Amino acid sequence: MKLIFHIWRQPARNAPGRMVRYEHSGLNPDMSMLEALDVLNEDLALKGDDPITFEHDCREGICGSCGFVINGIAHGPLAKTTVCQLSLRHFRDGEELYLEPWRAKAFPVLRDLMVDRSAFDRIISSGGYISVPAGSAPDGNNILVDKDDADRSMDAAACIGCGACVAACPNASASLFTGAKLSHLGLLPQGQPERNSRALRMVAQMNEENFGQCTNIGECEAVCPKGIRLEVISRMNHDFLKASLSSR
Amino acid sequence: MSASAAGIAPAVRPLRFWQTTNGKKAVMAVSGIILAGFVLAHLLGNLQIFLGPDAFNSYARTLRHLPELVWPTRIVLLLMVTLHIWSSLQLAVTKSEARPIGYAKNKPAGSSYASRTMYWSGPIVAAFVIYHLMQFTFGVGGTPYHPFDAYGNVIEGFRVPIVSIFYIIAMGLLSLHLRHGLWSMFQTLGFYHPRHTPRIKRLASLIALFIFFGFISIPIAVVLRVIPQVL
Amino acid sequence: MQLLYEPEQHAPAPAAGSLTLDARIPSGPIEKAWDKTRFEMKLVNPANKRKYEIIVVGSGLAGASSAATLAELGYNVKCFCFQDSPRRAHSIAAQGGINAAKNYQNDGDSVYRLFYDTVKGGDFRAREANVYRLAQISVNIIDQCVAQGVPFAREYGGTLANRSFGGAQVSRTFYARGQTGQQLLLGAYQALERQVDAGRVTMIPRTEMLDLVVIDGRARGIITRDLVTGAIDSHVADAVVLATGGYGNVYFLSTNAKGSNCTAIWRAYKRGAAFGNPCFTQIHPTCIPVSGHYQSKLTLMSESLRNDGRIWVPLEKGDKRPPNEIPESDRDYYLERRYPSFGNLVPRDVASRNAKAVCDEGRGVGEHGLGVYLDFADAIHRLGRKTIEERYGNLFEMYERITDENPYKIPMRIYPAMHYTMGGLWVDYHLMSTIPGLFVAGEANFSDHGANRLGASALMQGLSDGYFIIPYTIGHYLASNKFDKVESTHEEFRAAQAQVADRTRQLLETKGTRTVDSFHRELGKIMWDDCGMSRNAAGLETAISKIRDLREQYWREVKVPGAPAEINQSLEKAGRVADFFELAELMCLDALHREESCGGHFREEHQTPDGEALRDDENFAYVAAWQYGPEPRLIKEPLTFEYVHPSQRSYK
Ligand SMILES: Cc1cc2nc3c(=O)[nH]c(=O)nc-3n(C[C@H](O)[C@H](O)[C@H](O)COP(=O)(O)OP(=O)(O)OC[C@H]3O[C@@H](n4cnc5c(N)ncnc54)[C@H](O)[C@@H]3O)c2cc1C
Ligand code: HEM
Ligand code: HEM
Ligand code: SF4
Ligand code: F3S
Ligand code: FES
Repeated sequence: MKLIFHIWRQPARNAPGRMVRYEHSGLNPDMSMLEALDVLNEDLALKGDDPITFEHDCREGICGSCGFVINGIAHGPLAKTTVCQLSLRHFRDGEELYLEPWRAKAFPVLRDLMVDRSAFDRIISSGGYISVPAGSAPDGNNILVDKDDADRSMDAAACIGCGACVAACPNASASLFTGAKLSHLGLLPQGQPERNSRALRMVAQMNEENFGQCTNIGECEAVCPKGIRLEVISRMNHDFLKASLSSR
Repeated sequence: MSASAAGIAPAVRPLRFWQTTNGKKAVMAVSGIILAGFVLAHLLGNLQIFLGPDAFNSYARTLRHLPELVWPTRIVLLLMVTLHIWSSLQLAVTKSEARPIGYAKNKPAGSSYASRTMYWSGPIVAAFVIYHLMQFTFGVGGTPYHPFDAYGNVIEGFRVPIVSIFYIIAMGLLSLHLRHGLWSMFQTLGFYHPRHTPRIKRLASLIALFIFFGFISIPIAVVLRVIPQVL
Repeated sequence: MQLLYEPEQHAPAPAAGSLTLDARIPSGPIEKAWDKTRFEMKLVNPANKRKYEIIVVGSGLAGASSAATLAELGYNVKCFCFQDSPRRAHSIAAQGGINAAKNYQNDGDSVYRLFYDTVKGGDFRAREANVYRLAQISVNIIDQCVAQGVPFAREYGGTLANRSFGGAQVSRTFYARGQTGQQLLLGAYQALERQVDAGRVTMIPRTEMLDLVVIDGRARGIITRDLVTGAIDSHVADAVVLATGGYGNVYFLSTNAKGSNCTAIWRAYKRGAAFGNPCFTQIHPTCIPVSGHYQSKLTLMSESLRNDGRIWVPLEKGDKRPPNEIPESDRDYYLERRYPSFGNLVPRDVASRNAKAVCDEGRGVGEHGLGVYLDFADAIHRLGRKTIEERYGNLFEMYERITDENPYKIPMRIYPAMHYTMGGLWVDYHLMSTIPGLFVAGEANFSDHGANRLGASALMQGLSDGYFIIPYTIGHYLASNKFDKVESTHEEFRAAQAQVADRTRQLLETKGTRTVDSFHRELGKIMWDDCGMSRNAAGLETAISKIRDLREQYWREVKVPGAPAEINQSLEKAGRVADFFELAELMCLDALHREESCGGHFREEHQTPDGEALRDDENFAYVAAWQYGPEPRLIKEPLTFEYVHPSQRSYK
């Protein structure tokens, strides 16, 4: 099958970039979107052109490395699917595809479709953990966890840190990501002692990083490959307000 | 866990709260609810217009003769509008800074039109309110104004087609704004429930519709001459 | 022009032949071995800990847990990974679960049983003392992870849930949906980020280790390339930990992440660290078959599918009828036929080999004839679609997303794929390599799995190495040695840095006509065909010469676009593939020398009459540790089995 790509090419961090058109026939509907780019890159390399830089690793939808915007939708048209798992089957033969990197001040483009998401790491290191040094833990079954809480915590913990939520949010807000971590830890008994400070710190860090403010638009939920729900954002707001009002 | 342990100097906490976008957002929610509350009350008051000139005017008059009720209300409203707008403007700035370069192609994947247009519907409503006050409260709206004849003012005001049309459009935007705002504020204040939130959304839409039709019924009634046109 | 691949090009290993192996296995009863060792270890005075610099390469389960724990103890830690964030390490992809001898199910599990199963599962090619320690520590790992907030599956009463996995008779596997590796890694990652916040760990992502620096016979630092700027830097330390994962990508197609590579351990090998059992690789029986030449990686389908699915191929070769039109009488449920008692649940190596056998007979299914059916029709008939959906719903979805076939209607097609490497750098009981000060953790070391790894035991090993072993043993090493200050301007660093720069320049300047991937694919094919599921002397010998030719061609004809001082993913790949060539050759050499079949290593010349693996404990009950030199030199670490007595595995 044939596809016409319009891909954002940008040689380096602060260099100017532009959309470049590539036509490729001889693609196979069973290919993943990334395999299609592999094929395109092989050609470019042989021609002596610079291949398209895009992030990827596991190619199983779990590491969160991959991700770009396809025709205006983060991770492309298929719900709950990262670009590495998105097969060409879902496109028409001869379709035009616009591939753009995540767009956000907090995610500067490093090259082509690759962006810098280290802001996410800084949000986690600002408080997205439970402080328990190795060796200091009680027996696993000393901490009983309501199955329902455990399941909902797991739902939130499924976040792969891909950044699609930020990319899709009209406000470029990182609320779904931050809310997911606060929910994962906040729903577990182990997470209670640090719950307030965690909310205050992570929200503060999120603001430091120049993400926009959530206005409950819901695009993030729609594109999230792991189906993280808006519920996590309201839980973040709840914890943040409670912590702000109750803290001494 | 104490705020200071969380690395926040207690003294500056309120400031700190306001500095976080989530803090501003909460302020917006609260101010928003109150504004919305006024709008509802105001609508109910206005609907009395269908009870005829005397009923309506006496209602308006009673209000005016209750300064101890009116002034606090006005002050609160003014404060709320200020807070709401101020915070929304600041958030609008963060928003625009957060994405310096937009997308070549843009396609919503699952959000409501209302939610994406809050920063449009809001200001226009605000503009409307200003004009509205000029017209009915200060009598400088360009339509005839008689201090003690609210009824007459309304009738004469809406006789001017362009005014009525502007009102109808404004009401449309207001109800859009509230359609999203009325459920969104729960989310903002930290309430979400898989069973209740969808209900809240439906309710918000209903209220928004009620507000829309409730308000526009008045200019329409005037234009179609279905209520007494006594002057 | 001198070709870079020639070994001489690299710094010579410490005086060849000087190397002898001391595994430092404590004497006395195995139950006390670890306690005894810990007691005998020297300790570093808490006040002095911050004076030590430790480099941890890798942020997977093993790396992240080591770095976090060492930092908790007070050491200064620098942690490196090539991804943009430590959270993306390949451990994230682990699905099934993690074993621990908790015996929460009261089904008779115990530290001893886990130890026994692991030694037996490894086909008696693992070190008893290490495996016993692993089983002991497995218990603490679960406690640690629970406390960190890992959302393990729970029973309604709130206690931890277990499942049985990989054919074990007890339920000792802890899991978090189908994302156990992800959740365990996030736990370690968060512990790591906490130390970053505390300022005790400097996390250096998007940076690749390209060489190890050895001074006065001790590991004193690494050379790295910044994958964003291309800058080549030196990092000095008092001890270096390699936790860089497995080398399954030698085969090009594997279930490993695309970035997984052998560069770090291969560089260390060339600096003098012995390489243990390179040919011990694990092939996973249930993966989604290759669909075309463009295929970039293979996707694992959880082993649990074999609990309810029936594996079969057509009786007649070349039978191209759609599966549902093939009557029972024309089907061959070969596993059930050959292994009446275990049937479809035989261990990974056995299941894989049999699948290959039937495909070699030309009875394979699917476009390329490389696949067998995994059929759920009976299970659905017996248990109802509902139950099957509950058990495997998400797996069926994933399968359909990739293949566009509905496994509820058409039988799944599966085929074995390269999955895990038991081999790795040789380490002693302290997880220290033959280079003092170089510690190796996780899949990167030759580990505790012998010739075959049981399901759900790699996560266990990675975390036990990182949280509970290395933090002690490094302390002992630091306390028992004096360290004179070394600057990154030391000539060893300068030399190594120059070599690395040279090598990158070489790759870029070759300007040939073939892409890196095309070479990697070809190498993978050679390895898969001749050093894969079943091996024989002739095949291995030809493989070695093919690999040499291809490698020569590589350095003449590879085309690597782009510049050195920029983001250049082709260059990254090129360097990794160059190392895969050299490792591939050593793997074949090792496979060739091991004249027996054991676990994942199946030599066709050595099988029982009914085609099962035939071990030779007389001559091969040892760890093959290879030392780098003009010609790789074999050093044997004999294995003794005082507790679990070697027996022939039988699944009939
Ligand atoms: C699909 C799949 C499913 C699996 N399921 C299970 C399971 O259910 N149970 C189980 O027990 N095991 C399972 N395994 C095996 C297990 O996941 C791995 O063995 C284990 O996670 C390896 O962890 P690690 O920390 O040793 O290495 P990795 O997690 O691979 O981490 C390697 C790290 O080293 C870094 N690195 C590598 N090279 C360099 C370099 N040159 N310079 C700088 N950094 C470098 C990488 O960035 C990464 O951070 C599975 C494996 C796969 C592929
Ligand atoms: C300049 C004028 C205004 C602007 C820019 C504005 C903007 C906004 C924005 C951006 C939000 C946040 C939406 C969200 O977070 O879900 C909001 C919420 C809201 N607004 Fe307005 N608005 C304005 C005026 C008004 C007026 C006049 C009313 C009432 C009559 C109103 C009622 C509300 C309500 C009820 C909410 C929901 C609270 C919340 O979700 O935070 N707004 N407004
Ligand atoms: C058809 C629609 C409306 C009609 C007929 C109407 C009518 C009036 C009248 C007659 C007054 C003057 C009362 C008096 O001074 O005696 C008034 C005041 C006011 N109206 Fe409206 N109104 C309408 C819609 C709205 C809306 C949608 C808003 C807000 C979003 C609004 C906000 C106000 C405010 C803030 C005042 C000033 C109240 C005060 O004096 O304290 N009105 N309105
Ligand atoms: S919340 Fe969803 S979209 Fe956002 S980072 Fe996590 S997985 Fe990606
Ligand atoms: S799209 Fe953006 S506005 Fe909030 S709900 Fe999602 S973060
Ligand atoms: S490459 Fe790992 S999620 Fe896509």
